[in-house]
Amino acid sequence: MLAVDLDGKPTLGTLVGDLPHLSLTAPDALAEYLETHGLRRVAKRLAASGIIDVVSTAAPGIDDIVVLGKLKQLERSGDHDLIVVDGPAAGHAITFLLAARGLLDTVRGGPIRTQALDVLEMLGDPARCQVVLVTLPETTPVNELVETAYALEERVGVQLGPVVVNGVDTGDDLAIPAGTDPALAAAAAFRNSRRDVHRRELERLTDALALDQILLPHVVTAGLTADDVARLAAGLA
Amino acid sequence: MSTTAPDSPTGRADLGDLAAALAGAQVVVCCGSGGVGKTTTAAVLGLELARRGQRVVVVTIDPAKRLADALGLTGGLTNEPARLDLDLPPGSRGELWATMLDTAATFDGLVRANAPTAEQAERILSNRFYRNIAGALSGTQEYMAAERLHALHRDDRFDVVVVDTPPTRNALDFLEAPGTLARFLDHPLFKLLMMPTRRGMKVLNVAAQPVLRTIGKVVGGDVLADAIAFFQAFDGMETGFRDRADAVMTLLRSDVTRFVLVAAPQRDTIDEARYFASRLASSSLSVAALVVNRSTPTFGTPTVARTRANAALWANLDELVATSEAEHAQLGDLVRDVDPAPVCWVPMLSSDVHDQSGLDEIRRLLFGPEPGNG
Repeated sequence: MLAVDLDGKPTLGTLVGDLPHLSLTAPDALAEYLETHGLRRVAKRLAASGIIDVVSTAAPGIDDIVVLGKLKQLERSGDHDLIVVDGPAAGHAITFLLAARGLLDTVRGGPIRTQALDVLEMLGDPARCQVVLVTLPETTPVNELVETAYALEERVGVQLGPVVVNGVDTGDDLAIPAGTDPALAAAAAFRNSRRDVHRRELERLTDALALDQILLPHVVTAGLTADDVARLAAGLA
Repeated sequence: MSTTAPDSPTGRADLGDLAAALAGAQVVVCCGSGGVGKTTTAAVLGLELARRGQRVVVVTIDPAKRLADALGLTGGLTNEPARLDLDLPPGSRGELWATMLDTAATFDGLVRANAPTAEQAERILSNRFYRNIAGALSGTQEYMAAERLHALHRDDRFDVVVVDTPPTRNALDFLEAPGTLARFLDHPLFKLLMMPTRRGMKVLNVAAQPVLRTIGKVVGGDVLADAIAFFQAFDGMETGFRDRADAVMTLLRSDVTRFVLVAAPQRDTIDEARYFASRLASSSLSVAALVVNRSTPTFGTPTVARTRANAALWANLDELVATSEAEHAQLGDLVRDVDPAPVCWVPMLSSDVHDQSGLDEIRRLLFGPEPGNG
């Protein structure tokens, strides 16, 4: 198993604990791409003269395609049974995953086109690649998830795996007898109203999307640690 | 139900501090990572400024339709600002408008406005390379957001533009995009591509130059040919674009622009907010205010002892207090990073904001019950 983040944030690395982790950025992927295509000297010259900036400005989507290409190469290497990628947020995930298709329309030859074709093949093969959408049991995240799910299926043609819903708190309502201390009552009423929102939004999600759901429980902490993640994972087994 | 924000050792703004931080602003940029209620905050700031008698437009460049959700607009938003019905005091000149960036339409408009002739505009608009970059592909969106910000800022209909940016990494592109565009136009490669028309050379000859051959190997020869045709069609328009890019950078760096950082009390969002604060600092820009959304409220101290009968209620309160304390501890570094900017806590509400009365509830938490007469 390999965990990959795409923007150099330290978060994922600390959450997966001892599992192998890779941080992948577009400039690194582009430099590596040029080198593996026998353009090492050129890559240096391009970088030194700032032309790499211009190439990625002139051909938007190149950034995304070299990153997707690197993921495809990792997948093809057979070194990992599973590669889990922490992808971009909702709207940008669509742009990111559409990069291959977008480039095919403009690039009619050369190694980038081959790369784009390979990436499209991977994205379109449910045995090789699935997208797991992650959300919270609240109104806006659920709306966004549903929109993203339709856009990904229709425009990218990628197989959607189960939906993961984080931070679910659906315990039974706390009883608040008459005469309860005001602080205790206010805290209980707050908790009950949060649980009510969660139940309602889970129902709405179920109605809107015919995908399996994986519910992860609400953890009382402001910042998850690798231990918390291990416990959540154990709960799924 | 009480939803007072905690009195916090890590800094809590007085009501009025946020209003003071926004006084005199013509541009308010809300930045932060995804899922922290940034769009809602942008809408709330717009609402408050409108209540203070300003004519405000809120613009989202997020491809997800969050602003429409927060404003309760089921029909969604378009590139053309739409005015919202507000319940304002009689005689108030305040207005609230909302719009969503349509990247391709904005780019098309920019080309038409800058092209010396309709024929040249048409040549660009029909170029395959142009159609590709004018669409949804990454990068262009940030250029056009800056362009849109500039246009709305100059629009006589509005006193203030409130911008809701995409999640952090892209928001940085947004700040840097005008600079990127200017650099692009200044670049020797661009000049090289522009030369041939003046010398009467054919595109093929240009493509045969060694440096372009190399680029062609990477991106494909066809892309290069399209790009060259695009740049040649672009000839003479770069000054207009460059002036625009300079004007946007000047606007973003001027004292009429305020950056409001939005975070939630979870570690990953705080890490991103700190990263963002440091990038602003490295561009010599400062954070005008920090808004912390979705914090766990406090409920006061019970006056009853723990008994078997109230054990579950005590356990619930203990959990919420522990969460709140952990949140404040996590935010300490960020609060220090943005010092002396006011820090405004918005407690997690009992339900999601999905209409204007929900926005108004948050507005009162941030600014107090009612603003002074604007």
